[in-house]
Amino acid sequence: MNPTRRRRLWFVLALLAAAAVAAVLVASALQRNIAYLYTPNEVLSGTAGEAVSSGEARFRLGGMVATDSFRREEGSLEARFRVTDGDAELEVVYDRILPDLFREGQAVVATGRMRDGVFVAEDVLAKHDETYVPKEVADKMGLAHARHNVDDAPPAEATQ
Amino acid sequence: MLPELGQAALLLALLAALLQALFPLAGAAGNRAAWMAVARPAAFAQLALLACAYAALTAAFVQQDFSVKYVADNSNSLLPMVYRYTAVWGAHEGSMLLWALMLGIWNAAVASWSRRLPDPVMARVLGVIGLVAIGFLSFLVFTSNPFERLLPAAAEGHDLNPLLQDPGMIIHPPMLYVGYIGFVVPFAFAIAALLEGQVDARWLRWTRPWTNVAWGFLTLGIMLGSWWAYYELGWGGWWFWDPVENASFMPWLVGAALIHSQAVTEKRGSFGGWTLLLAIAAFSLSLLGAFLVRSGVLTSVHSFAADPGRGLFILTFLALVIGGALALYVLRAPGLPQGRPFAAASRETLLLVNNLLLAAACAMVLLGTLYPLLADALDLGKVSVGPPYFGTLFILLMAPLVLLVPLGPLTRWQQEQPSRPLALLMPWLGLALVLAVVAYFMAPQGPLKTAAGVFASVWVGLGTLRFAWTRLRASGRAFTPEMLGMVLGHAGIAVFLVGALLVEAQNVQQEVAMKAGDTARIGRYAFRFDGVERVQGPNYIADRGLVQVSRDGRVLAMLHPEKRAYASGGQIMTDAGIHAGLFADSFAALGEPLGDGAWAVRLQIKPFVRWVWAGALLMALGGFVTALDRRFRRVSADPPAPRGRDGAPSMPGGGT
Repeated sequence: MNPTRRRRLWFVLALLAAAAVAAVLVASALQRNIAYLYTPNEVLSGTAGEAVSSGEARFRLGGMVATDSFRREEGSLEARFRVTDGDAELEVVYDRILPDLFREGQAVVATGRMRDGVFVAEDVLAKHDETYVPKEVADKMGLAHARHNVDDAPPAEATQ
Repeated sequence: MLPELGQAALLLALLAALLQALFPLAGAAGNRAAWMAVARPAAFAQLALLACAYAALTAAFVQQDFSVKYVADNSNSLLPMVYRYTAVWGAHEGSMLLWALMLGIWNAAVASWSRRLPDPVMARVLGVIGLVAIGFLSFLVFTSNPFERLLPAAAEGHDLNPLLQDPGMIIHPPMLYVGYIGFVVPFAFAIAALLEGQVDARWLRWTRPWTNVAWGFLTLGIMLGSWWAYYELGWGGWWFWDPVENASFMPWLVGAALIHSQAVTEKRGSFGGWTLLLAIAAFSLSLLGAFLVRSGVLTSVHSFAADPGRGLFILTFLALVIGGALALYVLRAPGLPQGRPFAAASRETLLLVNNLLLAAACAMVLLGTLYPLLADALDLGKVSVGPPYFGTLFILLMAPLVLLVPLGPLTRWQQEQPSRPLALLMPWLGLALVLAVVAYFMAPQGPLKTAAGVFASVWVGLGTLRFAWTRLRASGRAFTPEMLGMVLGHAGIAVFLVGALLVEAQNVQQEVAMKAGDTARIGRYAFRFDGVERVQGPNYIADRGLVQVSRDGRVLAMLHPEKRAYASGGQIMTDAGIHAGLFADSFAALGEPLGDGAWAVRLQIKPFVRWVWAGALLMALGGFVTALDRRFRRVSADPPAPRGRDGAPSMPGGGT
C-alpha cells in the first residue's frame, strides 16, 4: 500500500469509528429520553406495561381534564384533578403553576410517573388555542371521544 | 374590491414566477440572450405584484374588513392599530404571504446586484429562484389563500392570538423568514453551478455575502424568538428544544457550516462539492422547517391547526426540491475539480472538523425532531424526545468545536506547524484554566457547568482577541471587514457561552404561594409581594401583581407581572415582570389565584441571561459586517485565490 492509500484507509477507519461512537451515543440518549404517551385507560388496564404502572417509567399522560374534578387547598399550590379518556379516569397531582390554557373539559398532556395509584406530574401542557387539540392526543382518543362526547362538556373556568 | 385586487396580484405574481423560471433556464441551456434577459424584469414585476398583494391584505386589516375570512379570524375591532399591521403575519395564510414577499425581495435584490455575473449564470440563478417562487406562490394560491371572502361578513373578528400581541412578535417572524428564505440564494447558485458543471471562485465570491446576510438574519430571528419566549411564555426559559425552534436551528447550524466551507472553496478551491451540498441542505432544511410548522404534525407551542392538504403539498414540494437537487448533484458533482491538497495540520483540516461537527449536530437535532414522527409511522407508539437528549448530545458535539475556534484563524492554509499557533495561545489557555478553577470554587451552585462556561468563554474570547491583536499589530496588512466579521462572530460565541452555561448553572427558581406582604428569599435577593390590582388594557383586563425586588436589602425595582384576560376570546395570558440586569435578571410571573388572597408566583434569578442574546447579536453582526467586504464586489476576473492573500493570512503577523 502506498502512503496516500494508507492515509486514506486510516481516515476512513477513523470516520467509521467516530460514526459508530456517535450512533451508540445517540441511540442511548434517545433511549433514555423518550417519553411515551398513554391514556388513563391504557395505564389503569395495564396495557401500557408494568414499568408504567409501577412508577418506574416516566411517561406522558394525555386526555381531557374531567369536569368538576379540579381541587385545590386554599392558599396552597398543590392541585389535584382527574384526566379522562372517556373510558377511565386517573387522578393527577401537580404542585407547580398550571399553564394559562388549563381548563376542565379541555385537552392536557402531563409528564410524570405513577406513585401509589396517582399520577405525579412534573410538567403539564395544555392545548394552545381554542380549536387545537394535540394531534397525538386526538389520535389516541379518537374512538373514546366519539363514543362519550367528552368534548361537549361545558368548559369550566378552572383558573379564575 | 381591494382583496380581489390582491388576489389578482398574487395570480399575476405566480405568472411572473413562471416566466422567470422557464425562459431564463431554457435560454441559458440554448444560449439565447433574449430569453435570458426575461429574468430581471420578471423578478422586478414579481416583487411589485407581491407588494401590491401584501398591501391589499394590510389594508384589509387596517380597515377591519371582516368580510375577509383571514382578517375576521385574526383581528378584532378592539385590536390596537400597530397590531393590525402585524396581525397580517399572525397566522398561517398571512405568514405565507410574508414569506413569499421576502422571497420576492431577495429575488429582486439578486436581480439588481448580479450584473457582474456572466449572463448564463445570472439566468440560471434567477431561473432557480423562479422555480422556488412557483412552489411558494402556488402553495399560497391553491391551499392557503389569504384573500378568501367570508359571506356573510362577520360582525366582529375573532382576535389575534394574544401571545402575538407583543412588540417582540412584531419583528421576530419577518427576521426569521428573511433568514430562512435567504438561503435560496446559495441554493440557486449551487444548482446553477451544477447545471453549468463548474464551480468558479468568482461566482462563489459573489454568493458569500448573500449567505452571510441570510445567516445573520436567521440568527437575529432565532434570538428574538428566544427573547420573546423568555418574557412572554412566563416560564423564564430561553430555549426549549421545541420542534419549531429546532426547525429554525437546523438551517442555522448548516448555514454556519456553509459560511465556513464557502470561504475555503472560494480561497483554496477545496470542498467544492461539499459546499454545494451544504447550500442544498441549508435551503432544504428551511423548507423542512416550513413543513414541520405548517402541517401541524408535531406537538409544539407553535403549532397551527393541522391541515393535511397543506402538509401534503409542502411534502411534495420538499420531495421535488430535495430529490431534484440531489439527483443533479449525484450526476454532476463527480465532475467538479478537486481543490489543492492540504496537510493534516492546516486550516483546511480545522474547517473540515468544524463542518463535520456542525453537520453532525444538525443531524442529531434532525433525528430527535423527527423521531416522534418515525416512531408513529412505524407504530412504535406515541413518543416525545425530551430536552436532555438534545442538551447532552449538543454539548458533547460542540465542546470540541469550542476548543478549536481560537486555533482556526491563527493556523495557516495548506500546511502548518501545530506548535506555532499553540505557542501563541498557550498563555490564554493557562489563564482560562486558572479562571475556571477559581470559578469552580467560588460558584454557589453548579460548579462544573460554571467552570466549563468560564473556561470556554475566556478561551474563545481571548483566543479570538489574540488573533485580532496579531493582525492589527502587523503593519502593512489590512484588517478587512471580512476579518472583523469573523472576530465579531467568534467573540459572539464567547459571550453566548457565558450566558448559556452560567444561566444553566446558576439559575434559581421558586414557585410559591404568596399573600400580600409575604417575602420570598432567593440567595441575596428578596421578593416582597404587595398584592394584585386590576388594570384595564386596550383589549384586555389584567390582574397586575406588585412585586418589590431587592438585593442585600437595597430595593432594585418594582416588578409588574400580569395575568391578562383578553376581551374577545376569553384567553388568559401571562406577562412576566422582569428587572433586566447585566449580571442577573430578576423575574416574577403570576400563576393563578389560590383563594384566600394568595397567588401562585414564579420567582427566578437568572444570572447572565442577557449574554445569551448579546452573543447572538454579535454573531449576527459578524455576518453582516463580513458581507460588507469590498473584496466580494470586485469586478476583476483575477485568478482564483493565489496563495496567502485575502482575509486568510498565510503568514499571520505573530509568526513573523
